[in-house]
Amino acid sequence: MKFSLLATFLTLAPIAFGLDGQVGIHDPSTIVLCDRKFYTYGTGGSSLVSDDGWTWRRGTALPRRGLAPDVIHLGDRYYVYVAANIGAQPKAAINMISTKSLDPESPDYKWEEGGVVASSDGIEDCNAIDPGVFLDPTDGRLWLTYGSYFGYIRLVELDPKTGKRRNPNEQPRDLAINCEASDMMYHDGWYYLLATHGSCCRGADSGYNIRMGRARKVTGPFLDAEGIDMIRGGGKLLIGSGSRVIGAGHFGLLDLGEGIFKFSMHWEADLDRGGASVLDIRPLLWKDGWPVAGENAKEGTYEIESVRTGTALEMAVEGMPVGGRRGRGGRGGGPGGPGGGGRFGAAAPGGPPAPGNPPPGGGMFAGTGAPIPPQDVAEVSKNWPGGNLDARLAVYLCQAQQKWAIAPVANAGGYPGSPYFKITIAGTDRALAATEDAELVVLPSFTGAPEQLWRLDQLADGSWRIMPKAVPNSKELLALSAVGSSSATLSKWDPKSEKHHWSLKTP
Amino acid sequence: MKINRKLLAAAACFALAAIAADPVAPVTLTSPNTPEKVPDADGFIQRWLLLEPIPANGLTDSAVQAIVKKEYFPNQFTVIPRDGDKVTVGDAQLTWHAVDTKLYNVNLYHFAHALGKPTSDVLFWAVTIINCPREMTGVRLAIGSNAASVWWVNGKEVIGIYGDRQTVIDDGVSRRLTLNKGPNVVRTAVVNGGGATDFCARFLDAADKPLKGFTVSLK
Repeated sequence: MKFSLLATFLTLAPIAFGLDGQVGIHDPSTIVLCDRKFYTYGTGGSSLVSDDGWTWRRGTALPRRGLAPDVIHLGDRYYVYVAANIGAQPKAAINMISTKSLDPESPDYKWEEGGVVASSDGIEDCNAIDPGVFLDPTDGRLWLTYGSYFGYIRLVELDPKTGKRRNPNEQPRDLAINCEASDMMYHDGWYYLLATHGSCCRGADSGYNIRMGRARKVTGPFLDAEGIDMIRGGGKLLIGSGSRVIGAGHFGLLDLGEGIFKFSMHWEADLDRGGASVLDIRPLLWKDGWPVAGENAKEGTYEIESVRTGTALEMAVEGMPVGGRRGRGGRGGGPGGPGGGGRFGAAAPGGPPAPGNPPPGGGMFAGTGAPIPPQDVAEVSKNWPGGNLDARLAVYLCQAQQKWAIAPVANAGGYPGSPYFKITIAGTDRALAATEDAELVVLPSFTGAPEQLWRLDQLADGSWRIMPKAVPNSKELLALSAVGSSSATLSKWDPKSEKHHWSLKTP
Repeated sequence: MKINRKLLAAAACFALAAIAADPVAPVTLTSPNTPEKVPDADGFIQRWLLLEPIPANGLTDSAVQAIVKKEYFPNQFTVIPRDGDKVTVGDAQLTWHAVDTKLYNVNLYHFAHALGKPTSDVLFWAVTIINCPREMTGVRLAIGSNAASVWWVNGKEVIGIYGDRQTVIDDGVSRRLTLNKGPNVVRTAVVNGGGATDFCARFLDAADKPLKGFTVSLK
């Protein structure tokens, strides 16, 4: 960030679909997990903690307050890098502090000072704030990027055993200009440098946006999708303002394991929270070798379609064609079969066409001559059995038992980025649930039990993982699985299997 | 314009029948000549007892359930027939035939057509026996059929697929079940509307891989 920000954030009222609880923060660090709690640290000593990644509350301030910290977990310690200007910018220094636990209640919550790892003298072309720490998964080397607008974003190497500068006499490398809040990640043979462009700290007038370049080496050069080097101002957009939120900044990779990747950031102004700066968590997708900002699940009515089979989840009842059952025109037939006819004009066995404009040419392909309204669930559900019903897959035919309402459940907790959802047949209270033998059932009504709550994570390809909050008698991570073209079940999550990938389509 | 594939298949079969007015040999089916058979490389069960077709009409969920639950012959849900056994259904005497299929699927059209029997608007019963060297838990019966079918394992209904459909490998998959050590009876009723008709079946293990390590016999 350009200037010190010491604002005190007020408790903010929860709004559906932004993160829940107290989420006010500016320049959040990468989110880390410690003893099953999520932690992030922001400018001015602010910190947030969450039990599930959805509902957040105020945490304990760092012992060293400063600008835009970043944090990494290495071995048995958490290393925090936090900057402070020494007098006027751009004279600044980044200090490292470390502890074995981030939980103030833990006996291991003991911070130790690690000293300065990078600095700027106020004259050189760099403002040594906004650190971003990166562990190279290919060789275990540890790196720190830093800088803010004045001059360059720079790179120095750290010692992964101590978190300190590996060789203080080695000159930092210049990576980018005209940006701040840099961070790195590695994916499929490429190093990605993510940095925030635009202006911060102006509320709804902030032009903050997160951009990126990629390189084959950690030292660059980092080129954007147009081939422009970030050191010449290049940068492909990852995420900018949209909807009711303005000014995206301070990317932090959130690797949840099991193939689920998200990222943290802050919005300069959430219009639904009075223009406050707030934490957000979004899915991280990939397209053509570039990260793409995904969307958390939204309330709505969907077709839930298997990526593997192309068939759709439905409650196992006998379907009624939209517009009513029409006679089949006949299929010809083999020896002994019914005669053909009907395809090109013979009267359908189901009776004459419905009233409306006369179908041009008539015949089974002419339709009714009038728009067919969506299926009325109140009407067709009269023929549905009561009690528990199976769930299965079928070719999607726009029928009522194939349309699922996905809606957040209040006070049921959540996971990084989203609350838990209930999944019901649209227009009814019939709820999808997990059974104790790890199968699926559609219950007559939703009661809020854990096996009726669902977690929806958007995956790298834009499809979704759909998991129950709990499966009775199971501790395994089970996800909705298209085990057959017409059959769905719950099975151990495998990120590489299309069985577990689902499309949410607006019907 | 999209044309129903089954219409084309049926038309092709009809043309074939017009050329060969007499029944043709079921080229994909042979008589078993070994006591036991192992599943094929992909786990498909290739040995079955098939009953000659019974007239039946209807492919919706409720129609198929009504068709397969109607009693056509004594002990139809428990009988382990032998090759050549006969049952009386209505006025017709129908015969059980033991077959091995050369393919992953059992072509019921070949079966019925070769016998000069109808292939459309009919019900086929099929039975086989899976012999397991040990109890196998967490497995699933995975089937496909043209058209609708209902399946039983050791007398318990485990899966049904309905409507006018083509055979797709692993289309319907049962819930997890346990195969007993020793013989296990797999039974199906396949209902066809018109044109081609066939089915395929295999078991999947707990990792959804084809189950092997068992033999198939008809006794």
